[in-house]
Amino acid sequence: MATILADSDSAAAPRDSAVPEAVVVRFAGDSGDGMQLTGGQFTLSTALAGNDLATFPDFPAEIRAPQGTLFGVSAFQINFGSTDITTAGDQPDVLVAMNPAALKTNVGALKVGGLIIADTGEFTKRNLEKAKYEVSPIDDGSLAKWDLLAFDISALTLESVKPFGLGNKEALRCKNMWTLGLALWMFERDRQPIVDWLNDKFKKNPVLAEANIAALNAGHAYGETAELAGPLKKLHLEPVASEPGLYRTVTGAEAVSYGLVAGAQLAGLPMFFGGYPITPASAILHNLVKMKEFGVTTFQAEDEIAAVCAAIGASYAGQLGVTSSSGPGIALKGEAIGLGIMTELPLVIVNSQRGGPSTGLPTKTEQSDLYQAVYGRNGDAPLPVVAARSPADAFECAIEACRIAVTYMTPVMLLTDGYIANAAEPWKVPDPAKFAPFPVEFLRDRNGPDDTLLPFKRDDRGVRPWIKAGTPGLMHRIGGIEKAIDTGNIDYSPLAHQTQTDARRAKVDGVAESIPDQDVCLGNSSGKLAVVGWGSTFGPIHQAVRRMRAKGYDVSHVHVRHIWPLPANLGPLLKGFDKILVPEMNTGQFKTVLRDQFLVDAKPLAKTSGQPFTIAEIQDAIASFFDGVPNNEGGEVDADDTQLPSIKAVNP
Amino acid sequence: MNDMSPIAVQTTLKDWETDQEVRWCPGCGDYAILKAVQRTLPEIGADPAKTVFVSGIGCSSRFPYYVESYGFHTIHGRAPAFATGIKLANPELDVWLVTGDGDGMSIGGNHTMHLLRRNLNCQVLLFNNEIYGLTKGQYSPTSRLGTPSPSSPIGSVDRPAQPCAFALGSGARFVARGFDVSKELPNVLKAAHAHKGAAFVEIFQNCIVYNKDVFEDFAAPKGAEASQLWLKHGEPMLFGNQKTGPIRGIALNRDHLHLEVVDVPDGDWQAAGVIVHDVKNRAIAHMLVEMPFGEFPMALGVLYDDPRPTFEEELLGQDAKANAGKAPDLHKLLAKGQTWTVTEGGPDL
Repeated sequence: MATILADSDSAAAPRDSAVPEAVVVRFAGDSGDGMQLTGGQFTLSTALAGNDLATFPDFPAEIRAPQGTLFGVSAFQINFGSTDITTAGDQPDVLVAMNPAALKTNVGALKVGGLIIADTGEFTKRNLEKAKYEVSPIDDGSLAKWDLLAFDISALTLESVKPFGLGNKEALRCKNMWTLGLALWMFERDRQPIVDWLNDKFKKNPVLAEANIAALNAGHAYGETAELAGPLKKLHLEPVASEPGLYRTVTGAEAVSYGLVAGAQLAGLPMFFGGYPITPASAILHNLVKMKEFGVTTFQAEDEIAAVCAAIGASYAGQLGVTSSSGPGIALKGEAIGLGIMTELPLVIVNSQRGGPSTGLPTKTEQSDLYQAVYGRNGDAPLPVVAARSPADAFECAIEACRIAVTYMTPVMLLTDGYIANAAEPWKVPDPAKFAPFPVEFLRDRNGPDDTLLPFKRDDRGVRPWIKAGTPGLMHRIGGIEKAIDTGNIDYSPLAHQTQTDARRAKVDGVAESIPDQDVCLGNSSGKLAVVGWGSTFGPIHQAVRRMRAKGYDVSHVHVRHIWPLPANLGPLLKGFDKILVPEMNTGQFKTVLRDQFLVDAKPLAKTSGQPFTIAEIQDAIASFFDGVPNNEGGEVDADDTQLPSIKAVNP
Repeated sequence: MNDMSPIAVQTTLKDWETDQEVRWCPGCGDYAILKAVQRTLPEIGADPAKTVFVSGIGCSSRFPYYVESYGFHTIHGRAPAFATGIKLANPELDVWLVTGDGDGMSIGGNHTMHLLRRNLNCQVLLFNNEIYGLTKGQYSPTSRLGTPSPSSPIGSVDRPAQPCAFALGSGARFVARGFDVSKELPNVLKAAHAHKGAAFVEIFQNCIVYNKDVFEDFAAPKGAEASQLWLKHGEPMLFGNQKTGPIRGIALNRDHLHLEVVDVPDGDWQAAGVIVHDVKNRAIAHMLVEMPFGEFPMALGVLYDDPRPTFEEELLGQDAKANAGKAPDLHKLLAKGQTWTVTEGGPDL
């Protein structure tokens, strides 16, 4: 069987040892093979079995890449088990390869001794050529260091769906369900939820539902037979002990959408969402159109600029304006965001980051828009920035962004990334009643002396009143030109600009007073080394710090949600550590902010391959602080051939 | 127009003036347009609290500061997008969009097009002075061929855009034209306001500093009757003055499908083949906005007016229909899809 242990650094377990703690499975196939669907359903069954999990979906930027090619491979990795799972796993234990290209691009990542399940039906001369194999790897012994289970899944699938009279092409589409059936057998999973899902999905075409269910059952049945013949083995992973409650799986894009809806409800406002299609942010628009009964209006604008402008217009008219995009779109929105800052209107901007600059890596992940979020506008234009660490965390972060926007009358940037947006994890369904509401009070009456209106009169936190256009007696004009104190009338005078620049900055700085102190999520609150992260690097940093602490290293994990303004205690906290390491999927942007704000010697650990960090990479970086070798701390991590997206897939 | 506006409110011109000093150049055509708007608003029973003026950037876009209503001076070219958000958030607001030839045709051309094709219920006033005024005189997208300017010292070579043709091509359901000092301008504005949907009004405006008197050929009082064709629904397209010259009219050449100017002897326009203006005739509207001035008079007034459902009615109506009978339940929303329960003793499978 496959040697199945998530902790690659623990002692090698005997090959037939009992139950592993966690397993990493990667499904890989052609874009048309339905791997994301297979992965998604396997995720659901895993969650229903009570295992903790994390996933990593990876798919080509092309909508329909040519069949069988290396760059057309779509993959889905899941790490699950009976322990806390915070990453999609470093190296897979099991690889399901639906064609030669999928095998070629992914097998390098497989742990030695891991299991390959390959569909020989697809290992034709033509497909081998497309994958640049001269000889079939199934026959030439090149896969010897792994367990190989190669059989004709295509033929078995065709056989299983024969009674339904499908065409050859349609019948072969059931291959992914056959494979899923086998995977469900391997991990002792209940088939019923998948059967229910298929019946629902194909309710307009019951024959297709029946055929897919038949393929699923056939794959499952095959497991029973194959066990006798080969390396396939049934595995049961104990459910993880989690906090009691109601659970479901959630992706980051879903969690952001729910959080925005919840945030608007907590503010007591209807929400206006202006969006323009862009990968990987579009899912938020797709989700929100289904939530309109919560007072959500969605507007698919003509471009990114119109999307944010319409959202600001809606805020002026008294709704919570929200817009969402990815880096290139956020760049286009920059001028309008500046207007939101200048007119001091609430606005939530979600940036699902992807690799940049320019079009960059549309479907891959990166954290390289931090400078853009914190600094990326003309003029002195501060705005609060909040970053989600995981799909589930994105829910609370979205609520937090709404809270800051309406209580401080300011645009707020919420950073997620392609990984968070697409990945799924189990989520304890929150009780909406447990979140503190932050109801908005619009100005009702004139607020100045002698019955005058002062639209820019600031309260003790420097916040101006929100005046809903349409309110009788409160007519006023706002705009992007510098304004006089209190009245907001046009005023270019030196004193007005200095006063207002200072006031805008002080207001945003003051947000720090309303956010919790920075905590240390693992380890001591002072010591030798703090690993400081933000966003989706949470998982690998957390596991790396956990493992290094278990080995006796004095290392702590600090993960920052509030990127701007930073928590008030963060400076003193960091100064309690001898050394600081900041792993980021960019060239060191947050590191620069920390150095600038606190004059600390933060060392970067940069990764810019469009791949998330592995746990091992961060462990190595931590070790470099303790090995006595001077000047080797931090640095840059190279592209990793064992990880998704596969280097071979991108550059065959 | 604003069907949903409550009861007409009694105001006077004074009620629509703000305490802000107007900062256009002395003699600028914008003064006359401002007065025409401030005169129109009381006549249509507009409520200052329900009225919003939205503008982009440019001389014309200072307009909202001078009207005692809600006003939003936004960023260059994007006023249509802000207006869309405002109107969708509160359809009761009566939205007026003020833009210029640079703001609305150049940097904001895209948004103008989409606002018109969506048919957001608002009035779009495009002040066309055929020049960039605020940035000190560069040629604009509507400048005539050969316009000398700081950025085209020996004359511009760009062919000018035609705002009304652009509007029609974008799917506008109301297209009208006027000019700053015209006595007819309030009537044009009233018609625009009465139209339910996006009402596009091109207003020729004299830039006294950078493009002085560029419209004098037809806007000067002297000879106006011979150079202006004021269109009225149901009336023949006649122009000229019997005392000073011939009465002429616009006829349709049916063999070659173009308009032509014909003489109308003895007032018998029917015999001369002069056509009757029909505001719902889109094909003729296309021809009217394209008539080259000189050979033809300048077509003014309501050129086209054929309403259809507005964007906010369609969008919000669809939402309301989809939401009917649905009770928003946040807890239910969050617990959507397949769920499982974990109890004290571990997962409950």
